[in-house]
Formats: sequence, structure tokens, C-alpha cells
Amino acid sequence: MFRNQYDSDVTVWSPQGRLHQVEYAMAAVKLGTATVGLKNRDYAVLVALCKPASELSASQRKIIPIDDHLGISIAGITADARVLSKYLRSECLSYKHSYGSTYPVSRLITNLGNKMQTTTQRYDRRPYGVGLLIAGYDEKGPHIYKVEPSANFFNCKAMTIGSRSQSARTYLERHLSTFNASSKDDIICHGIHAIRSSLPNDELVSKDDGGSQLNITVAIVGKDQPFKILSDEENLHYLEMAKKRGGSIIVSKDDDDDDKPSPGDSEEPAPSTARDPQVAVATMENP
Amino acid sequence: MMNNSFAQPMWQNGPAPGQFYNFIGGGYNNGAPAQLPRELTTCGPYGTKHSTAAITTGSSVLGIKFDGGVLVAADTLVSYGSLARYQNIDRVFKINDKILIGGSGDFADIQSIMRNIEQKMIEDQCCNDGVVMKPKAMATWMTRVLYNRRSRMNPLYIDVVVGGIDEGGAPYLGSVDLRGRAYDDYVVATGFARHLALPLVRERKPKDRDFTFEEATNLIREAMKVLYYRDTRSMPRYTVGICTAANCSIKGPFKVEENWTFAETVKGY
Repeated sequence: MFRNQYDSDVTVWSPQGRLHQVEYAMAAVKLGTATVGLKNRDYAVLVALCKPASELSASQRKIIPIDDHLGISIAGITADARVLSKYLRSECLSYKHSYGSTYPVSRLITNLGNKMQTTTQRYDRRPYGVGLLIAGYDEKGPHIYKVEPSANFFNCKAMTIGSRSQSARTYLERHLSTFNASSKDDIICHGIHAIRSSLPNDELVSKDDGGSQLNITVAIVGKDQPFKILSDEENLHYLEMAKKRGGSIIVSKDDDDDDKPSPGDSEEPAPSTARDPQVAVATMENP
Repeated sequence: MMNNSFAQPMWQNGPAPGQFYNFIGGGYNNGAPAQLPRELTTCGPYGTKHSTAAITTGSSVLGIKFDGGVLVAADTLVSYGSLARYQNIDRVFKINDKILIGGSGDFADIQSIMRNIEQKMIEDQCCNDGVVMKPKAMATWMTRVLYNRRSRMNPLYIDVVVGGIDEGGAPYLGSVDLRGRAYDDYVVATGFARHLALPLVRERKPKDRDFTFEEATNLIREAMKVLYYRDTRSMPRYTVGICTAANCSIKGPFKVEENWTFAETVKGY
């Protein structure tokens, strides 16, 4: 039932200084399909992979608009994301009522982080089981933020979360230096390439045959561009464009997959390489 | 039946059985509706009386927008009825690098809302993210506060001019009054300036362009002179706030160029 002695409650520390329940919540993020966020000088883009839960159902909504200047992409428990998005929406709305302007993204995320943190410090709560990528635009320009169930948040140049996101992360790292100067079309294509590289090889091949389309959602926000989820036609347009541009698609190796459960406490405190590579693709603080 | 009336209750300071402890960060006031500030809910021994008129008053404020920023001017007098009680008080305030506020009406209420705003600016700075409040946001917030106060039958008796540099670097100039009514324009005024200075400034507005800084300063100088001559609750001393993209500051006090030689010819009073 328990993996070890110290994970019975969020408020219990392990002797190694870890909060196991919080780490388990972090693992929930890796159950969701991958999603990518990246930005250039004027736009922030979210690309999410949509996989239906079963053959018979439609896919879950992966990108949720919050306000004209802000939207989120989720990986993990969708129900938790809905609660968070309701909070974000009401905060943005009440800010707009009070000040007639849009909520500065950094402040909104700070407040969200504070709200989420309380769930990691109370025995009657549980952490939110969802990771968020937030794309927003305000007077400071476009932003991509990553928010984790541990209530950590990171200001990113580009980031990806969700299952098999490591390969997408590799793609982003490899092309990071080109993002800032690239055009709006370029940045969307980069997003699509990144999300494609997170597909398993067999699926990738079948998608490339053109038999079935890659099922993605794309959203963009930026200068003179309110948050918009692209329509099916636009998606198709960009998918074609991305395919034409080719781009180096990185075939994912199985050994750097991060779907595996995190090592139990019985082991030595894992060396930092064995932990989830939450090392930044590049946060704004460590360019 | 308790045998020992001095015994402590068994369960002190704890939650009711089946309930949870409530720690910090539990959310919205533990489910209770938000508390109003105490001065608004506490009754006096004979009930509560809200103010029904301004007591110590500032007179006009005049704001003019020009091509690179705004000017806000007000004389330095705070009257007590018809008594020129406090003669050296700045009624134009620098809020931050983007906002100027000129206040008229009940000066105590001005001071009260200024303390509120000061606290908001401190909170802004505490975020340390380089985001500063803009004049349009400030004006909107003022309408919310003032309308809320009027709706509780406890208005702040003030009439303010909010000006500065808005997002994108465009000058903004607006006015908010005690009921939360608000508008913005290239010239706004409160008090007697609304009657005396507004037409004077509007008359000189070129149709195809904004005022230049030169024109705006000249208009302020002239309007303050007219106000001094005509408004009995004014003084020949005024301060001017200037807010441009590069700089936001209060200048002065300046003297009105008064000339009473014509008074010798005035007859019939």
C-alpha cells in the first residue's frame, strides 16, 4: 500500500528531507499527455497532444483559456486543472473589474503558487495533481510559466511537461537559441516539432504516413493577439507547414523516458541525475 | 451535574468533534464573508453618523494633457469654511513614476484615500517585478472605491484628478468624483475650475493636434490666475505636477502674477 514508511501523509517528512506525497503528486503530471510551451519576442505558444482516453470518447481538453491575455495547458488530473482554472479566471475577472486592465502574469502565478502551496502543508488537503504550462502576455512581454503540484513555479523560455516529454525537451534545448528571433509561424512549427518528438516511434511512423492526423491543440497569445486556440483548419495549415519544414525530429530513446516511477526511499538518496530532469530547459534566471 | 465547577473543560481551543483544525492559508476567512473595516461596522453609543458635508476643503484642481504627458495644478490652500485655514498644503501628489493625483473636496478624506494608495504602492513594490500601477488602473480603482462608499451611504467627499503615463506611453488624464462618476479628456477640472478654467482651455484647443508643453504651461499659469481672481476659496500660490515618460515630479510652489491696479477704478461695491 505504501511505498515506504514516510508517505502516509503530505505533512510527513522523510529522513532524507523529502515529502513523498508531494512527489507522488508530481508523478501524476507524467500520466497526462505531453504539452509544450515556448515563446519568441512577441508571442507565447502552447502546443498540446490530445489522446482520447478510449476509442469511444473524445479527447480531454488540454488547453484552457483564462483571459484575453492568458491561457493554460495542462498535464495530469483534468478535474484539478478545472478547479485551478476557475480560480485563475475569477482572479483575472476581479482584477479587470477593479483596475480595468489585465492581471500581470508574474503576480497571478505567484498568487496561484501561494494557493497551491497550502495544500502541501496541511494534513486535510492534498496537492493538486496537475502540472500547468501558462502562456501569457502583459506589459513585460510574452511569458511561459511552468507550475508543478509541489507549487514550485518557473519562468521559462520554453518548457514541456507530461508523459514522454523528455524528448520534446531535448528538441527545445537544441533549438532554444533560435526561438527569440523567430517568426510567429516559426515558433508554432517549433512547438509542433517538439510535440511530435514526444510521440512513440511506431505512432510517429503511422502519423507520417498521413493515414491519420497528429491530434494536437495549439494556442497562441501575444502582441495584439488575444489568447486564441487555433481552429482545425489552422491546425492543419501549421501541421502541413511544420511537415514541409521537416526539422530534425529526434527519435526518442527509451532509456531517457521519464515515465518510470521515481525510486523508492529504500535506495540511496538518488544522485541528481536519477531524479526527474526538472532542470530547466532554461529558466529566465539561468539562461 | 458537575461536581467541580473549577475544572477546566476537557477540550480547549480545538475544533468541534469531526471538524478540522484551521491553520493559516485555509482560504477565504474560514468560509465567513469578508469583514468590513471596523470603522464602517462599529456603531457609536447613539448610532453611527456618516459625514454629510466636507469640512476642511481644497478648492479647484486643473489637469491638462499635452503631447508628451500631463500637468496637474492646484493651489496650496485648505479652507475651513470661508476661513483660509491651512495655506501651505500640497494638493497634488506624486503616486509613483507614472501617476499624479490632484485632490479637492474634503481634505481629510483625501488624506485617507492617499494613505490607502500609499499602501497599495508599497504592495506593488513588494512584488519587486517591475510592474507599476498605471493612471487608468488607478482611476478605475478609485471609481470602484468611491462608488462602493457612496453605495454604503458613506461617501468620501472628494473630487480627484488622476493623470499620468499609461501603458504604451500615452498620456492619460481623468477625473473621479465622490459618487464614482468618471471620465477622461484632454482637460479635466474640479471645483470652481470646472466653471472658470475648462471653457478657457477648451477655447484654445487646436482641433488637429494636442497641446504642446509650452501651451499647456501657459494655460495653467493663466487659469490659476483667473481662479485666484474669481474664486474666493483660492490662494495666489500653487503647485504643478508634471508627468512625462521620462520624469514625474511636483514643481513649485509658484506665485500667481497678481495686479490689483485696476481695483482703483472698480466702483459700486
